[in-house]
Amino acid sequence: MTPQLIVFFVLAALAVLGAVTLIAARHPIHSALALIVVMVALAGLYLLQGAEFVAAVQIIVYGGAIMVLFVFVIMLLNAGEEERTSLSRIARVAGIPLALALSGFLAAAVLRSSHAAAQAPVTAASTRGLSMLLFREFVFPFELTSFLILVAILGALVLAQREN
Amino acid sequence: MTDIINILRQHSFLVIALVKCGLLLFILLTVLAYLSLFERKVLAHIQSRWGPYRVGPHGLLQPLADGLKFLFKEDPMPAGVDRFVFLLAPFLSLALALTSLAVIPFGPQPLRFSILGTQYETSLGIVDLNIGLLVLFAITALGVYGVALAGWASNSKYPLLGGLRSSAQMMSYELALTMSVVGVILMAGSFNLREIVTAQEGRMFFGLLPRWNVIAGPFPQIIGFFCYFVAAIAETNRAPFDLPEAESELVAGFNTEYASFKFAMFFMGEYANMITVSCLATIMFFGGWTSPFPSAWSWTHFIPSALLAVLGVLLLIDGIRYETILGKLVLPGVGTALCALSALLLFFAPVNNYIQGPFWFLLKVFIFIFFYVWMRGTLPRFRYDQLMAIGWKILLPLSIANVLLTSLGILKWGLR
Repeated sequence: MTPQLIVFFVLAALAVLGAVTLIAARHPIHSALALIVVMVALAGLYLLQGAEFVAAVQIIVYGGAIMVLFVFVIMLLNAGEEERTSLSRIARVAGIPLALALSGFLAAAVLRSSHAAAQAPVTAASTRGLSMLLFREFVFPFELTSFLILVAILGALVLAQREN
Repeated sequence: MTDIINILRQHSFLVIALVKCGLLLFILLTVLAYLSLFERKVLAHIQSRWGPYRVGPHGLLQPLADGLKFLFKEDPMPAGVDRFVFLLAPFLSLALALTSLAVIPFGPQPLRFSILGTQYETSLGIVDLNIGLLVLFAITALGVYGVALAGWASNSKYPLLGGLRSSAQMMSYELALTMSVVGVILMAGSFNLREIVTAQEGRMFFGLLPRWNVIAGPFPQIIGFFCYFVAAIAETNRAPFDLPEAESELVAGFNTEYASFKFAMFFMGEYANMITVSCLATIMFFGGWTSPFPSAWSWTHFIPSALLAVLGVLLLIDGIRYETILGKLVLPGVGTALCALSALLLFFAPVNNYIQGPFWFLLKVFIFIFFYVWMRGTLPRFRYDQLMAIGWKILLPLSIANVLLTSLGILKWGLR
């Protein structure tokens, strides 16, 4: 057991625990908190892989900005505890086999690709390498994606303004 | 016994890091306590009052009394609160605020010392990260939850409104805060706080002015500094942006239902955030530990001891004439100690050279903290719509313009 492996298992356990709590918790705020735990644990896993920039951005964007928005909306709407309906019982019965199947497929895919992933260039993980990739080799898709987000923002604005 | 020493020696890195953490925590908590006294005193003098005066000479023991009071007060749990989140919120607030100080470097030279014949070397500051600035922003981003969750978990109207205000305010100003430092990152080419300071070393204008980011080319970061400072005040929920705890509207805002030490934790978290933000402003815009004077002026090395001596003599004179017997004993004692410290710096050149960096750093941080208190004493609170307008319509466009202009400046004139 190297120290890295111990840290990996702790973070992985934290992430899984957070994900299970996210589904099992009855109150939306508790679910949101559990999701934050998952985000932070994932950031730790990225850090373990040497991707320091991605880890920091994961916390800033997902853990900070997006989840604050979630918590804000839950607080603003004063959402109460979720109710158990017959549909949610069906979802529980059908969901567990589906979840098992999905994790099985994922595990098989990861096992098959483990050799290819080991040869991936490490430089891409650093801040400099990442920006080289983003602004030199993939600059066109990158700019297109930001354009797409701009369009989405405009769409939201139009929808919000329609009632006036 | 020798086994234990050997184990400690093998893991000296860990041991030194732990000792540094403990030391920083101890110093920090003391500073936080006295910062509350400092704030009350300065506010009082701004408003032509004396401030705390009864507990100890000049109210110097007031923080101690306040701490004891916080410890022994009744700590009621209101009915209908979400117990787990209610307890988690103050903990999150304080822990994240204290963690963020771990990445701040306090001085240029590493500290060298030897224990039992082995040489050790350690930098001033707990960790030196490649992504120091990003880590700081990540911790700040998580810091919102302390206030927001406290407001929600209290199950009460005013705290909920305070929590809502705080999360909206922090979301709006975090954008401006992050954008305002991009210019500095472009000029330094690094997220590492130490490298950001090193990039500001050197002189300009015939060696008269320091090459601090706030005034130095290719594009002076004066706009960036303005955006950063305003956004930072809003991020720390301080006046004039303290809408989450506006007394006249929301009783005490998000911490209305908190008492005893849980309230103290929010309080300490706020002050710790204030210190972090001031440290960051010093590092990014005012050259960190670099001296404002040219290095050729060797007399500037005696400024720390001169300041200490003046302070010590003032305390001595004031102490002799103080009304109470305790004051007559304590104040001259402290004054003599300061004078002795000043003499020590005067006669031990290596020590004096070593403290130059930390001295200038702490002095700049202190000036920023004074600015914070000054602003609280003089500016009225903003209205909520004004707050949002400033964040989205003024600060964000300004900081984006700053990024554009800085990049153009670097393209045209190059770095330096």
